[in-house]
Amino acid sequence: MSEGFEPKIVAFACNWCAYSAADLAGVSRFQYPPNMRIIRVMCSGRVNPNFILKAFESGADGVLVAG
Amino acid sequence: MSEKMDKKKVTPEDIRIGVYICDCGTNIAGHIDCSAVTSYAAKLPNVVYAKENLYTCSESGIAEIINGIKEHNLNRVVVASCSPRTHQPLFQSSCSQAGMNPYLFEMANIRDQCSWVHMQQREGGTEKAKDLVRMAAAKAAFLEPQKDIEASLVARTLVIGGGVAGLSAAEGLAGMGIEVILIEQESELGGLLRQIDTLGPEGDKASERVSGLIGALTARPNATIYTDSKMEEISGYIGNYDVTIRQEGKDQAIKEKVGCIVVATGALPLRPEGLFGYNGTNVITQIELEQRLKDKTCDAKDVVMIQCAGARSKEWQYCSRICCMIAVKNALIIKKQNPEANVHILYRDMQMYGTEKEKMLWEARGIGIRFDIYSADDPPDVKDGQVRFYQPLMGQTREIPSDLVVLSTPMVPREDAPELSQMMRVSIDQNNFFMEAHAKLRPLDFATDGIFVAGSARYPATVEEARSQGLGVASRVATILFKDKLVTSAIVAEINPETCVGCLGCQQMCPYEAITYNPELNVCEVNTILCKGCGCCASTCPSHSAQLRGFKPQQLLRQIRAV
Repeated sequence: MSEGFEPKIVAFACNWCAYSAADLAGVSRFQYPPNMRIIRVMCSGRVNPNFILKAFESGADGVLVAG
Repeated sequence: MSEKMDKKKVTPEDIRIGVYICDCGTNIAGHIDCSAVTSYAAKLPNVVYAKENLYTCSESGIAEIINGIKEHNLNRVVVASCSPRTHQPLFQSSCSQAGMNPYLFEMANIRDQCSWVHMQQREGGTEKAKDLVRMAAAKAAFLEPQKDIEASLVARTLVIGGGVAGLSAAEGLAGMGIEVILIEQESELGGLLRQIDTLGPEGDKASERVSGLIGALTARPNATIYTDSKMEEISGYIGNYDVTIRQEGKDQAIKEKVGCIVVATGALPLRPEGLFGYNGTNVITQIELEQRLKDKTCDAKDVVMIQCAGARSKEWQYCSRICCMIAVKNALIIKKQNPEANVHILYRDMQMYGTEKEKMLWEARGIGIRFDIYSADDPPDVKDGQVRFYQPLMGQTREIPSDLVVLSTPMVPREDAPELSQMMRVSIDQNNFFMEAHAKLRPLDFATDGIFVAGSARYPATVEEARSQGLGVASRVATILFKDKLVTSAIVAEINPETCVGCLGCQQMCPYEAITYNPELNVCEVNTILCKGCGCCASTCPSHSAQLRGFKPQQLLRQIRAV
């Protein structure tokens, strides 16, 4: 069995909604694959396009902006 | 415990990070390898101390943070545990206690966003936790010390609306020694309660309750009441609002400075023009029936009440919530005054919440008040002297005699609610009722700091509910105005006047109108009290002059690069 591709996903999550939702997923014990690394921002409006490019440059295979 | 305790400027070489990894009992340690994460953390750049705790938020865990800071001369602390949304303030205060600036603290979320969502993936979860700790430590190294923002407070409150909610809030505040200004647009205080007869089948007279409430407030020397008055203008922010009040018939506007504002503007019963043959004589509303009960001019023998008259319709989609209780209360009064009277209630669903109200319904059924269901698609037909309705359960149409039809109409928001909401920059819902910040967590607050809501302005409320909401609001206001000054988080935007060219890009982006343009210096400036720290300005600014503290590019980029 060959090892499948495991992408590294960087997520920028708004403190007030998406980050809270990610907390709620935990409280509800929803299970999902451990491929995502969440970076908390105070609003998705804080995410400069530059950050997204930097994430790809730093090795991310996917970027999620949630807010 | 050495010479290094001396306060000297922290340069990147001087960064000393302490990392605390929480087991959270088995919540974290049960699903990921916390000791592996701890030994990994100990080897990260700038990390001089790493410790695994059973519960970092327990007394002993907090003591470990405090001792760690002192013993290892830490100037950054990272806690890897639950969510910063719940526990950051606690850990920050522990850092302060040990003499470390609380803004040099960072959290890694390895429970809510890691161990709890990867319960069967120990290896993957442990790797993720390591990454999250590495990212947090990378950011922590670049955090900067901040000072909380302090602002002055005016220990006075404006209450808009002199009904039950407004009077209760005003009296509660005045009783706690806070100066209150109450404005009422009518010439008399009391609101809707003035038009009501009694508060229950054997309840208090509403007039007595009104005079009790008004008497209690007017007896307070620190309460000022303006009747026939409306708020005309408002500016400022929590702690320092400037309001202009216009009193009917007076040329001079009244200017007041207040720290908080309470919106208790109430709602109005719908006048059901064109519904069920409404005519105000033998087809009337519940509020008109109240007047007849008050005057003792209700002598009807065959009374039919129709629920949801106008409510839960296309135009008014919501349930007005209190009309069922009002109908049952008035039906009981009529039936008790004249046991020979036939009282019939036609309803779609009965909403009698709470044990007392439920009891009232059973009492009404017990003394012979008839309840019949009707369907919204086939509403009752009111003709002269009789009401025809289709009984879906029996599958037949019935006719019942009536010499009085009473329509239970919904409470509707005041027409000026949208205008008021715009003026104060507070939300209203799709029905034009004012909307609280959070239905469960902040039910009396608006999202705008320093402004609160009580009573039917939010949603149709009974007298008891309006009163408890009014008193609740008084407590909420007191939590702010009892302090000497307003202290808010330093996580707000700042604009470097040296590099800002005054392009106004940030001002257009700011959702809170916290940025103003200074024409003398040709720069934009942040009002740190209005700023909520979203950072939209920072991502817009072409010259990087606008920055969000704690989320500056160098801080976030370090975290991103550490992925």
